[in-house]
Amino acid sequence: MISILRSMWLTFLHVFHKTETVEYPEVKPYLAPRYRGRIVLTRDADNNERCVACYLCAAACPVDCISLQATEGKEGRRYPEFFRINFSRCIFCGFCEEACPTYAIQLIPDFELAEYDRQNMVYEKEHLLISGEGKYHGYNFYKNAGVDMGVKRKGEGDNEEKPVDIKDLLP
Amino acid sequence: MKYVFIIAGVLLIALTIAAGLIWVERRLLSVWQDRLGPNRVGPFGLGQVIADTIKLFFKEDWVPPFSDKPVFILAPGILMITILLTFAVVPFGPDFYVFDSNIGVLFFLGNSSLGVYSIVLGGWASNNKYSLIGAMRASAQMLTYEVFMGLSLMGVVMMADSFSFCKIVEAQRGGWFFIPQFIGFIVFFIAGIAETHRLPFDIPEAEGELIAGYHSEYSGMKFGMFFVGEYLGITLISALISTLFFGGWLGPSFLPPVFWFLFKTFFFIGVFILLRASLPRPRYDQLMELGWKILLPLALLNLLVTGAILIFLK
Repeated sequence: MISILRSMWLTFLHVFHKTETVEYPEVKPYLAPRYRGRIVLTRDADNNERCVACYLCAAACPVDCISLQATEGKEGRRYPEFFRINFSRCIFCGFCEEACPTYAIQLIPDFELAEYDRQNMVYEKEHLLISGEGKYHGYNFYKNAGVDMGVKRKGEGDNEEKPVDIKDLLP
Repeated sequence: MKYVFIIAGVLLIALTIAAGLIWVERRLLSVWQDRLGPNRVGPFGLGQVIADTIKLFFKEDWVPPFSDKPVFILAPGILMITILLTFAVVPFGPDFYVFDSNIGVLFFLGNSSLGVYSIVLGGWASNNKYSLIGAMRASAQMLTYEVFMGLSLMGVVMMADSFSFCKIVEAQRGGWFFIPQFIGFIVFFIAGIAETHRLPFDIPEAEGELIAGYHSEYSGMKFGMFFVGEYLGITLISALISTLFFGGWLGPSFLPPVFWFLFKTFFFIGVFILLRASLPRPRYDQLMELGWKILLPLALLNLLVTGAILIFLK
């Protein structure tokens, strides 16, 4: 009996509490930078596409909503010919971002993706690609990779040693 | 001619309050759950009531082909009729009542017993096992709680020396009955919650276990009648608590008596909603145990002691 009255009183005291909810379209909630919302494809500092079309995101995707086709540029640099994300399937798990070796695919704090037409939920490469670097500034995959793609010469990276001449006997 | 106005006034007040309670309940619950609640339609979201009503009217009014059609259609009406009839004997003010029956309390108890039919028939005619379980629970619960609902009022009747609600209010000029009849008030209050099957005693509906109990097959305005019937029931029980135990329309004279009556009624409606916000639903056997083993003896004891004291004082 006492506990019932006590719980009623404690519930009543919530009159003086601040509301947890906000009036959404007018007041936007704070979203952390690492919030997993809309997916974007980023560029590096030289404004080149970061994506190397390795298919790891498509392989990691648990709902198979990513679809892409790799192709090669003039210098042999890989990039996606098309890159398509079906946001009506996407569950915003962020596995694609974790799988991406080049920080190309990123999830950003934007969740307002509602559309009247279901076809509009399919985002093509031109919708996904942004002109900025996203969350990771100054990162360029080809500065760390071993291949020469015009960014740096082979063996000249910071965490790299000079190539070894395998035909030479000297240590 | 005066009667027509009073009947129209009582109907208007009762139905407006019952419909408005849809909004009141949602807003109060949201306050107690740290939410904002419906506040979009009109000022403070008051247009929500109209929007909900329009929605209910335009919903498909589907009668299941496997149901017992005449009974199915009749059942929600019984609830509305019995509750609205009871409002006839409730005095809203010194001259504001439809008729002053000398058996008003009995009239109320009889009507609330008839209200069980609505739920039992509705659940039975739905031809659905969940509805039937809900209806069975409702009948057991309401029969149990009706027994001492009547007994808890007998103390008030003895003190006022009348079954008439108007005489009961007049008899409280010396002091409201909830002080001498405190046990009666508590028992009547709990029985009133169970009678309107409100949370925490919403075992007949119990959406967690029985979907929606006796009205799971109802749609459109038939569901709306059950829905508004529940709110009418809350209004009625709150009005009766304030009439029987808290002096009805009696109050300081700087405001009209009807105001005091409505103020007390709304206070108890608020308590009903607070109960919903704070208490979980008991198990079915706990409900029965509380009724038969605690509240019934308590009501009988209250009756006995009140009678003994009244004889002693005579």
